Amino acid sequence: MTKPLILTEALKTALIARFTALADDEITLSHRVAEWTGHAPLLEEDIALANIAQDELGHGTLWMGLRTALDGSNADALAYHRDAAEYRNAPLTELPKGDWAFTMVRQYLFDAWEVLWLDTARQSRYTPLADAAGQALREEKFHLQHTALWVERLALGTPESTRRMQAALNQLWAYALALFDPLPAEADAVAVGLLPDVAALQTRWLELVRGHLEGVGLNIPSASPLPYSRHHHTEHLPPLLADFQRVARAFPDSQVW
Amino acid sequence: MTAPSAQTYWDALRGVADPEIPVVNIVEMGMVRGVDIGEHGVQVRFTPTFSGCPALHVIRQGITTALTAAGADAVTVENVFSPPWTTDDITPEARAKLETYGIAPPAPNDESSLFMTLEPDAVRCPRCGSFDTRITASFGSALCKRMYVCQACKEPFEGMKSV
Repeated sequence: MTKPLILTEALKTALIARFTALADDEITLSHRVAEWTGHAPLLEEDIALANIAQDELGHGTLWMGLRTALDGSNADALAYHRDAAEYRNAPLTELPKGDWAFTMVRQYLFDAWEVLWLDTARQSRYTPLADAAGQALREEKFHLQHTALWVERLALGTPESTRRMQAALNQLWAYALALFDPLPAEADAVAVGLLPDVAALQTRWLELVRGHLEGVGLNIPSASPLPYSRHHHTEHLPPLLADFQRVARAFPDSQVW
Repeated sequence: MTAPSAQTYWDALRGVADPEIPVVNIVEMGMVRGVDIGEHGVQVRFTPTFSGCPALHVIRQGITTALTAAGADAVTVENVFSPPWTTDDITPEARAKLETYGIAPPAPNDESSLFMTLEPDAVRCPRCGSFDTRITASFGSALCKRMYVCQACKEPFEGMKSV
């Protein structure tokens, strides 16, 4: 029989840090995806990306809810009133939306990470996390199905679409790998079965995405470590937040949206 | 005056329609997990469907309005995520209503295929009943739906995702 879990302050801090990182990934990526609304190459894709953006924002709300249950903070205040230096998203999610190939490759690499993270988190000994992961996974599988097909379609499409896919992959690969950087205080929470071990996830992720990408003729680039991290963002995050937070900051006292 | 019974409240909740598919109500869609009558009013245990669904706010308001009208002094709506909502929770009656309304009901959910299943389930055309259908868009007008076309009767239709 496993020992009952005691949620020490240190473990609580680790959970809060991970929930914040997850929420910030979802919020920023959702915003980038939503930038296609009204601009996607096909009506069906316009709708698909609006759906995906809405799902990711829903997941952001789930993660924020888990965090606020632990520390009593306010989700809206966190989303709308933190500056770039306080955001903990991975740099991958803040990069400008680029072309269609860039958007699809990023979303595919992110979806694969998210699906694997959620799949493992369903076993978490922190029940609220296990429940939320089960809920989000049911939605996330549709994203991965969709983006995996687009990766295939574009990689095997025309010389131009293949060229754009390879260029996007070259640019994004190091950023995607950085999704698996462990958070500073996470090791103990992993050891007691609260959070997934991101190093182990990376092995599964590499197997999954390598197989798919190489299977459609793309080359996995070599990657050197990024000069950016969840604590040190690119120059692209402040303008994203300025756009995303504009209305909330203009009307800080509003109660109903 | 005697306080309303749990049955009264359940009946009232059957009057709360799904805002995006108004032909079905939230009880038959499996979103209501429990109704508890306590000292501080009525507590409804509610399971959200899709986490980003904008209709959830409307549904929560609808619950409060319906139970207040049925005689509740105070209503709280508590989110319950465990076990997560699945389309298998939709009752056979609601499935029939969806089909009559023109939305193909969801196929049974397969827990073993939570990810990396690229083959969609066979979906029956709600108009002519043919299984000769194909997906035209994997996302639709709401988070819970996708788009199909029937190759037998040529009619486009919506189908509920199986989650």
